[in-house]
Formats: sequence, structure tokens, C-alpha cells
Amino acid sequence: MIEIKNLTKKFGSLVAVDNISFSVNKGEIFGFLGPNGAGKTTTIKILTTLLKPTKGSIKLGDYNPIDDPASARCSFGIVFQDPSLDDELTAWENMEFHGVLYKVPKKIRQERIEQLLKFVELWERKDDLVKHFSGGMKRRLEIARGLLHRPAILFLDEPTLGLDPQTRNHIWNYIKNLNKEEQITVFFTTHYMEEADRVADRIAIIDHGKIVAMGGSGELKAQTKTESLEDAFLSLTGRAIRDEEATNIEGMRQGRRMWRR
Amino acid sequence: MSTIYILWLRQLKRYFRSRARIIGSLGQPLLFLLALGYGFGPIYQRASGGNYIEFLAPGIIAMSIIFTALFSGIEIIWDRQFGFLKETLVAPVSRLNIMIGRTIGGATVATLQGVVVFLISLIAGFKPTNILMIFPALIFMFLIALLFTALGTAIASLLEDMQGFQLIMNFIVMPLFFLSGALFPIQGLTGTIRFIATIDPLAYGVDGLRHTLINVAYFGAGMDFIVLGAITLVLLAIGSYLFSKIQI
Repeated sequence: MIEIKNLTKKFGSLVAVDNISFSVNKGEIFGFLGPNGAGKTTTIKILTTLLKPTKGSIKLGDYNPIDDPASARCSFGIVFQDPSLDDELTAWENMEFHGVLYKVPKKIRQERIEQLLKFVELWERKDDLVKHFSGGMKRRLEIARGLLHRPAILFLDEPTLGLDPQTRNHIWNYIKNLNKEEQITVFFTTHYMEEADRVADRIAIIDHGKIVAMGGSGELKAQTKTESLEDAFLSLTGRAIRDEEATNIEGMRQGRRMWRR
Repeated sequence: MSTIYILWLRQLKRYFRSRARIIGSLGQPLLFLLALGYGFGPIYQRASGGNYIEFLAPGIIAMSIIFTALFSGIEIIWDRQFGFLKETLVAPVSRLNIMIGRTIGGATVATLQGVVVFLISLIAGFKPTNILMIFPALIFMFLIALLFTALGTAIASLLEDMQGFQLIMNFIVMPLFFLSGALFPIQGLTGTIRFIATIDPLAYGVDGLRHTLINVAYFGAGMDFIVLGAITLVLLAIGSYLFSKIQI
């Protein structure tokens, strides 16, 4: 469903993604793990047509996001790492806006918005402006929005960041259900190892832009002779604390530069 | 079509919800109208220019439109910083449609702002020669709005953050406004300043408004319409090109 071949992305002299290749099968829940600044978000941005790669080829289903971004965009949904809601619109309007952009027919749209808002327990607040929401509420709304158009592939970039265990569980159960019932392929990143352990069919670990290990959670543990995925992760990527992405890649890209070109 | 509509609707909703912005943006034109209108009025009269408020009002209406329009275009930078731009850019709609929806939305908002300033100027003593001429004037208002929203979009596509905003205000918006003949007649000018006025797109907008509202013209409404329309098309093309190249 997702095919990545020799993908490289450079920002100036910094190599954010370094010649990675892997594929994700249809209906798979695929965990993409790595320390901060490892290249996770950059990879997702390339897959979702927001960035152009320096080298390499990718395929989403039958489409090529590089040559034919418009068709590729129909096939996926994404929940971004950082906020992407319009604060000046209400919860309902944010959902409605999304539904119209993705051409979900009106009747289905309204049913699904109601169902999803009830599911993330924001139905009572549907007419409130998003700027009055807490961080967790915004997160829930974004997840609901990402599910609105029932994409074939769902990208989740640290979807459960800042959510309490109850909400995390609730949301993962829903995603697993969707995955089972509708064969939706799920590609997610997270820093919660037990979460990846529990939900991912397969896991790839990326570090310094390179894939350092890939396989089921059991395989990774066996390969590193460790008891938990967290230990396996640490054994593969080392214990050194990384720079935050904001001071690293993001900073180099958007930082002090005022002009984009 | 529905994409363009929902983007247009979003701009309008945002506008009507930010009352502080509406009221705030009325302060400046009001001040210009009163301070300049009544301040220079007697001198203008003595120089046999006629009623200065009458002459000034179309210029001030144009001013309020270009400020609001450029600002609407530049809002893309905000959307980029608050992350909402990503949501629109990954959606399966063409960037051209996104750009068109946003631009028409921004232009509608700016036109509304122009209408409000028009109404205020009526209270301040502005008397259009024929009140029905507000309709052709509206076309000019919308054209000015469209042109400057497209310009704002083009600029915003090139900028990373709001730090460049002051630069744009001082080196693009202010010169365009002050050199457009919004405050003084182009007729009497000579040399460089006259040349600059004739290449300032806003000069044609102001002239179009004057021709329709007070029946005074330098270029003439027909010429104004052609020039404004042509520049708007060019800027829309440049704006859509730059917008389509945005990477996040």
C-alpha cells in the first residue's frame, strides 16, 4: 500500500532522511518509531505531498505523490503532529470544512460528523469556537477530523501526544476497529513504546535518517535480546538525548530565514 | 465549486467574528477623513479645487479596501504558523481552487469594509453626485480588493513569518497608497511623481471610484477598468503559481 524506495531528503547540508526503503502492506498497522529529529515527520510530510523529496520514489496505493499529488491526496487522511485546526471556527465548522474539501456527500457528512464528535465526546461543544478548547480537546477533534473521509491510508503523527490513558485507549480501539472492518492501512509515529507494542503489526525504527531495524515487536525484542520494546528501542538508538526537532531540522528550515526563496 | 464556496465562507466567518478587527480597521480611514478632510478642506477650497471631502472620500474608501485586502492575503502566513494551511494543502483539491476561494473571500471582506467606510463618509459630509452610481463603484471596489488580495497572497507565499510584514507595509502598501492620488489630484503633477502615479495600480482604482462617485476622472472609468482588470489577472496568475509552490 505504501512503497518507499531510496528516499532521501536534504535541507541544505543536513540529511534528514537518508536513502530509506521499505513498504507497508494493505490493512497493516505500521509503527514508525525514532528519537526526536530522526526523520519521522519529514518522511510523513513527503508521503503526504507537503514536501518534495531530494531523491527516491514513493507510491501510495496506485498513486505517486511526487508526480500526481492531487490523486494521491484522495487516498489518505492525516493527523498532524502539531495543531492544524482553525481556532476561529467551531468544532462543527472545522469538521464541515474538512468534509467539503474531501467531497464527502452532505448526508453522510452530517451523520459521520455527529457520530465522530460524539465518539470523541465533543458533541456538546460542537458550536464552541476551537480557540476555547483545551489541548486535549483539540487533539481529539483533529483525530475525529482525520477519520471523517474514511481514507484508505491513515497517517498519524504522534496522535496521542498529550492525551490521558483513557482517551488514548478509546481512540486506539476505534482505529483498530476501523482497520479491521474497513481494511484501512495505518501508518503512525509515537513516543509511547507500550502503545506501539500493543497496536502495531510491524515497526520500523529510524535514527539519523536511516532505518536501523524493522519487524514485529517480538522480532525486535529477540534481535536485541531485550524484554520490552522500550529497551529494544534504546538498545538500537542509544541513550543519548537528541536535540528537539525545532532546534534541529525545523530550525534550519524555517528558523531565522525570512524569505522562503 | 463547493471548495471555493467553503473557503470563501471561512474568510467571511472569520471576518464577522473578529469585531475588534472590524472596528480597529475603521479607525484609520475615519481619522484620515476627518483630519485631512477638515484640515486641508479650507486650503483646497481656496486653491479652487472644490470640496476636499468630496475629493478625498473615494481615496479613503480605496485605502480601507487595500489595507483589508492585503491583510486577507497575508493571513496565509498566519494559517501557516497556526498549522491550518497544512490541512488545506493535503486535501484533494487543486491549489488553484484554494487560492481562488481564499482570494474571492478576502476580496469580499475588503469590499464590505469599503462599503462601511463609504457609509461613514456619507455621515462625514460626502455627497456622491448620484447615489445609484454606488453600483458601478462597487465593481471598482471589488476589483481593487481582488487585485490587492492576490498581491497579498503572492507576497505571503514568499514569506516565512510575520517579521516581514512591516517591510511590506512600509515599502509596498504605504507608497502605493500615498502615490496613488488618493489624497491629491494627479492633474497638476509633473515629472517623476506624475509618472509614478500612472504606474501605480491603485491610482486607477481611486480614479475609477472618483469617476463613478463624483464624476471627476483623470484616466477615465473605461481605462481604469481595463488596467485594473489586466493587473488583477496577472497578479492572480503569479499568486497561484507561488501558492502552488509552497512547501511546509
